[in-house]
Amino acid sequence: MTEPTPGRDAPAVEAARGAIDAVWRIESARVIAGLSRYVGDVGMGEDLAHDALAAALEQWPKSGVPDNPGAWLMTVGKRRAVDMLRRRSVLERKHEELGRQIELRSEELSGPELDDSDDDFGDDLLRLIFVACHPVLATDARVALTLRLLGSLTTDEIARAYLVRESTVAQRIVRAKRTLAEAKVPFEVPEGADRTARLASVLEVLYLIFNEGYSATAGDDWMRPALCEDALRLGRVLAELLPDEPEVHGLVALMEIQASRARARVGPSGAPILLLDQDRGRWDHLLIRRGMAALDRADKLGRGFGPYALQAAIAACHAAALTAAETDWVRIAALYDALAQLAPSPVVELNRAVAYSMAFGPDVGLDLVDALVGEPALNSYHLLPSVRGDLLEKLGRFDEAGWEFERAAGLTRNSREGTLLLERAAASRSRHQRSGPT
Amino acid sequence: MRFMMFMLPNISEDDWMPSVEAVEAMTKYNEELTKAGVLLALDGLHPSTEGVRVSFPGGKPTVTDGPFSEAKEVVGGYWLIEVKSKDEAVEWAKRAPCADGPVIEVRQIFEMDEFPPEVQKAGGR
Repeated sequence: MTEPTPGRDAPAVEAARGAIDAVWRIESARVIAGLSRYVGDVGMGEDLAHDALAAALEQWPKSGVPDNPGAWLMTVGKRRAVDMLRRRSVLERKHEELGRQIELRSEELSGPELDDSDDDFGDDLLRLIFVACHPVLATDARVALTLRLLGSLTTDEIARAYLVRESTVAQRIVRAKRTLAEAKVPFEVPEGADRTARLASVLEVLYLIFNEGYSATAGDDWMRPALCEDALRLGRVLAELLPDEPEVHGLVALMEIQASRARARVGPSGAPILLLDQDRGRWDHLLIRRGMAALDRADKLGRGFGPYALQAAIAACHAAALTAAETDWVRIAALYDALAQLAPSPVVELNRAVAYSMAFGPDVGLDLVDALVGEPALNSYHLLPSVRGDLLEKLGRFDEAGWEFERAAGLTRNSREGTLLLERAAASRSRHQRSGPT
Repeated sequence: MRFMMFMLPNISEDDWMPSVEAVEAMTKYNEELTKAGVLLALDGLHPSTEGVRVSFPGGKPTVTDGPFSEAKEVVGGYWLIEVKSKDEAVEWAKRAPCADGPVIEVRQIFEMDEFPPEVQKAGGR
């Protein structure tokens, strides 16, 4: 561990600060989780963990980082908890119950300094994840709290990633903690049917965080890719905590394979590059291998594929094709069939139509797309006219294709994509004029 | 950011096969890295006595059989980790179950966007 720093010169303090930041990044979630279980409240658990961090920042530059910094932080946090509960009981002598609690916890604390095994750490961490993603919280509160308690980003960094003010994020977190306390959400992992629903919420939050980072383009703030990294890291953590849940591995597989394309999906000028046009040599094959391995873990559990694993399997089909022309569209179409059964949505239906057009011809795809025209959920979804235009173009119906590309350009919020669509509209129009009315 | 942590065991290659205890300790460490979600890949290498070096004197490839360097410079294996800072990578290296002798060299992996534009272009960008 770090040598004790003689004297208190600034560089040494600075160096210790870096080491403490690193320790905090590695240990904070487990310390917050352990203390939250200890006091039965996530908000209080986090405050205590930060008290412990403050103590570390004061002491470690002088004494050096202890051999087991996680245990050190936990012990200090527990002492603070006892102090705090004691102070409260002085104020509220009536609360005998609380007094008894303190006795109990003081005894616990005076025992071996830290007997928590790795398993306990793991259980507490899992509890923390489930509580942070509790459905009693609004979605943006779940996201903010998860990033704050389990992610490696500061509030300021979360704010920058989401392009909102730091105070907005801070407020969301404060309110979320209050909501959890008021709803008396127990610090535990739910059982039975509740567990399935709650796990779905956890996976949804992780994927939301991932997508927020993934939908960013090169010109955006550099914090946004950090959201992808954090979501992926948390997914990997969750996969070790819940190795028997196929959808956890499915989500990890999906994120690994999508992340593998990060370098290839934006051109030098910042314009997005569509999957089939990407330079596959720029894909990250390490992440693809990891994604395939995660999908394999989901498969080996033998309980079939859920929506995340199906999407991962589709992504894996693309990843396995050496060139776009070698893509196994028949298999992708079949996977979309399964996905449309399990998690039906107009967007899935549209993607299924694209897969069918690639596997069986643009006319087959167009029939499926036409069935979606007028679907309210897709009213302002630019990809519907964009896909329709693409299929019409392939079928030689250039005039109609031009109209669809124009409509799509009017709907997209991404200006680069809009320009691209207008170019395609113009190209279709000129081909229509050359070929004459059809 | 990604870092490669090279393990330089700094031992005689006759003792290259690790003991059960050493493997147990290392497995626990590797599990910690996995549970933290930071480990991307790891491997252990055969000793340099079984390796070769290919050099290019005068532009001609020439093969030299191992062992080929001092014990303290021989790489025994590596971990590839993804972390948020160099400090975090160093903190993980500090936690490796090593006694007196071994050295862990921590090196950051280049990302394409760290290169000047003309180099990126040459790299297929």
